[in-house]
Amino acid sequence: MKAGRTLLVGLALTLSHDAWAATPMSYLRTFGPAGYPVTRLGWGLGIISVSVVVIVGLLLLGGIFRRRGPRRLSDPNALAVRRDAGGMAWIYIGVGISSLVLIGAMIWTLVVTAVVAHPSSRPALTVQVSASQWWWALRYDTEQPSRTFTSANEIHIPVGQPVRFEVTSTDVIHSFWVPKLGGKIDVIPGQTNVTWLQADQPGVYRGQCAVFCGTEHARMALQVIAQSPADFRAWQESQLADAPRPATPEQQHGTRVFQSHCAACHTIRGSNAGGLVGPDLSHLMSRRTLAAGVLSNTPGNLAGWIVHPQSVKPGSRMPDQTLSGPQLAALMAYLQTLH
Amino acid sequence: MTRTETHRAPVIAQATDASPSSDTLRKNWEGPGGWRGWLSTVDHKEIGKRYLLTAFVFLLIGGLEAAVMRAQLATPDGHLLSAEQYAQLFTMHGVTMIFLYALPVLSGFSNYLWPLLLGSRDMAFPRLNAFSYWVFLFAGIFLYASFVMGKAPDDGWFNYVPYASREFNPGPNIDVYALGMVLLGVSTTVGSINFIVTLFRTRAPGMSINRVPILVWGTLTASVGNLFAVPAVSLAFLMLWMDRQLGTHFFDVSAGGQPLLWQHLFWMFGHPWVYAIVLPAMGIVSDGLPTFCRRPLVGYTAVALATVTTMVLGFGVWAHHMFATGLPVMSLSYFSASSMVIVIPSAVAVFAWIATIWTGRPVFTTAFLYFSSFVLLFVIGGVSGFMTASVPVDLELTHTYFVVAHLHYVLIGINVFPVVGGIYYWFPKITGRMMSERLGKWSFWIMFIGFNVGFFPMHILGLAGMPRRVYTYPSGLGWGSWNMVATLGSYLFAIGIAMFLVNVWISLKRGKAAGRNPWGAPSLEWSTSSPPPVYNFAVIPNVASRYPLWEGYMDDDEDTGGSTIHEGLLLDHGRETIGTTMLDAEPAVILKMPGDTYTPLLLALALTLLFVGLLAQAWWAVGAGVLLTLLATITWLWPQRKLSQIER
Repeated sequence: MKAGRTLLVGLALTLSHDAWAATPMSYLRTFGPAGYPVTRLGWGLGIISVSVVVIVGLLLLGGIFRRRGPRRLSDPNALAVRRDAGGMAWIYIGVGISSLVLIGAMIWTLVVTAVVAHPSSRPALTVQVSASQWWWALRYDTEQPSRTFTSANEIHIPVGQPVRFEVTSTDVIHSFWVPKLGGKIDVIPGQTNVTWLQADQPGVYRGQCAVFCGTEHARMALQVIAQSPADFRAWQESQLADAPRPATPEQQHGTRVFQSHCAACHTIRGSNAGGLVGPDLSHLMSRRTLAAGVLSNTPGNLAGWIVHPQSVKPGSRMPDQTLSGPQLAALMAYLQTLH
Repeated sequence: MTRTETHRAPVIAQATDASPSSDTLRKNWEGPGGWRGWLSTVDHKEIGKRYLLTAFVFLLIGGLEAAVMRAQLATPDGHLLSAEQYAQLFTMHGVTMIFLYALPVLSGFSNYLWPLLLGSRDMAFPRLNAFSYWVFLFAGIFLYASFVMGKAPDDGWFNYVPYASREFNPGPNIDVYALGMVLLGVSTTVGSINFIVTLFRTRAPGMSINRVPILVWGTLTASVGNLFAVPAVSLAFLMLWMDRQLGTHFFDVSAGGQPLLWQHLFWMFGHPWVYAIVLPAMGIVSDGLPTFCRRPLVGYTAVALATVTTMVLGFGVWAHHMFATGLPVMSLSYFSASSMVIVIPSAVAVFAWIATIWTGRPVFTTAFLYFSSFVLLFVIGGVSGFMTASVPVDLELTHTYFVVAHLHYVLIGINVFPVVGGIYYWFPKITGRMMSERLGKWSFWIMFIGFNVGFFPMHILGLAGMPRRVYTYPSGLGWGSWNMVATLGSYLFAIGIAMFLVNVWISLKRGKAAGRNPWGAPSLEWSTSSPPPVYNFAVIPNVASRYPLWEGYMDDDEDTGGSTIHEGLLLDHGRETIGTTMLDAEPAVILKMPGDTYTPLLLALALTLLFVGLLAQAWWAVGAGVLLTLLATITWLWPQRKLSQIER
């Protein structure tokens, strides 16, 4: 009894807590022009839907209680049958009104579909997103090849400008989705899908893969970090730079560990490591999370992830590493210079 | 009778189950009994009951799988299940509920009821009926054999490539699914053909096409739909299996194959299939509501046409499952509009049901509670479908729990609720005993509340951005407590289902005797004994109106008929029933019906052996399977003099 009450009280508390706490994946409010008209349409259709349910519910209740039949079937009246008297007006009127609402909703839908198909101005930049089980590779394209760079899982964009996304997959189907900025686009191998997003307010917008893509589908998150254009340019410059050379003997030891254990899969620009299977780590320390949003990027998490990725994210393509204590310490010292 | 009879003027007689003529009929129709009879019967009532029972067993298995998943999702970062276990569970849950429960349970109703509704003595092809059941059973066991070995299908029921290809999914998991689905498709196809021919060939004289119950319209529509839809998915699964095992490249991206081809083929099947598993259930309600509202269904013709229209439109909307795949704006707009248009036939049915309740005098039986609450659940599932039909909104909603909520309102609201209501309605006919109304009402309220508490919050979770098919989720996204509510609600729903099953169990043994027509219902099945005799009707009734047992109660011109229930064609020279013309049901031919036989079982076993051989790549088994399939087919088709049709 007491346990039951505790559970109920706890539930009520968490419910109200959740109701007010942030829901970073909710799209009931959006923050850019790829989302605004859709959100309005969504609310509109939602209100129509709830109204329909309420009206039908009331009609049903009215119909059920308006003229009760006999309480028991043993009642001789129970078997009395009414003649087929009318009722067709219900269908004519009901279907007539439904059709009008429907046509309105359809037109609204087609208009919004056309409006959000393309941004109103030319996109400020193009980000090529290449999804793999279970992370996102990013490539910032510009006309000058020297200013192209790659990153992973965290997409920086300038506030107030539309950004074009060209998405494709190296393996299975994924779906690229940042709910607070706009709808999904499936990420399909062998084809490049295009979408656009724009953030009108600086901030961090969470995204997540939305099509089942194998064991770790649940933990394939991404983040969009919207910055003022000046901050964005600064970030861009920092990403363009090569990784710093190791300064201390320990960091130099760390590069050798990286070379022997990590470089087959990971790139660090400005070093000999040029693997293309895993994320580009040139500026690992500038990222907020590890393993596609699974861990926050702290030294402890990083060390744990390097040694035991299979317990952090079972099934991940990254194998567990056998490193001695000094090797791990050296590797960590080196990685922590990659700002 | 030494020569083959080609002409006979059948005897018209007055008879009931108590008449002496019925002893002859019983002798003609009764099988050998015992385990031999059990394995060889072709009686549609036996087969119907088996379909119902087997489908409910699969419902319970699928429900247990769901219960384990809900335990995993109740709290953030749950670790009851591994990701791979969760993937197998959600895949098998979907496969079980959609393929092994939802259609088979309706086939069970239709198999049991059709000849009784139509005034016939069996389905048009009784042996095909038995074959269809056995193949369904074996395909179900085939799919579940892999589950026991821990290698169940794990790419969702939609089974998208390339994740389903050998490169990313090398185990036997997907092969089991692919072959199992092709095997199951055989069952669905022959079952559908049987329903279609039964409807157009074996209705009682006078039961013109505008007098058949809506359940018949629903199952007919579903069957025609299946005939067009199932080939797409059988083909897709065959191509996938060939990609995986024989090195073809239909879906292989590196060789120019198309992952989207799979999605098109799958949803060209998948969407009509959704209608196939709800339209007969809607028919159950359209036929049940009038009984408990004590008046004919409002708008019979409109509802029948809406049923057919829904299916026709249902073939033009498959791409609304693919709005996010990068289709051009023009096709998005078309598929969005066509999906929305389906609201119109649905609205016809909804307002017909409401009008029937409003202008009737509702009797509050348990079955009525299920049928009337179904209308509300239908509308909730309908409007959420309307929202997802809108392309731009769907690009946010799709792949989220909003769709999970939608599809459960559709499949539980429009399939499970009418099915359980239908059991309460027809249980007296099937068993001769009434179910407990008191326990029935308790089970209804617990199911209804549990269902809504369990599944409505999934709308909210979807709006809060929770994707489908995740085995876990972090805290801090606002999903935790609603998931807890959903878990608790779904467990309550499970308790309601359990109470319903307890009610069935108790009532089987201790229910009150039902009599012929305990509900004062209008259709032919209630004119015969409960349970019906093995030959269904002592004489083939003549039907002159839509509600033959209500004639004389209604003073409506059209519906006062002159149906004769206990006077009609006797047809007692062996197993016989009458064949009638397609639209007007005028008697045309005496159909000689086959006796009990093991051939359907043997053919099903041979076919299953073939598929097991393909799965194991044991080519000797494949060869044996092909050979035995041929032999069984030849045995089946071998001409029998006693089965030649007789002109009247």
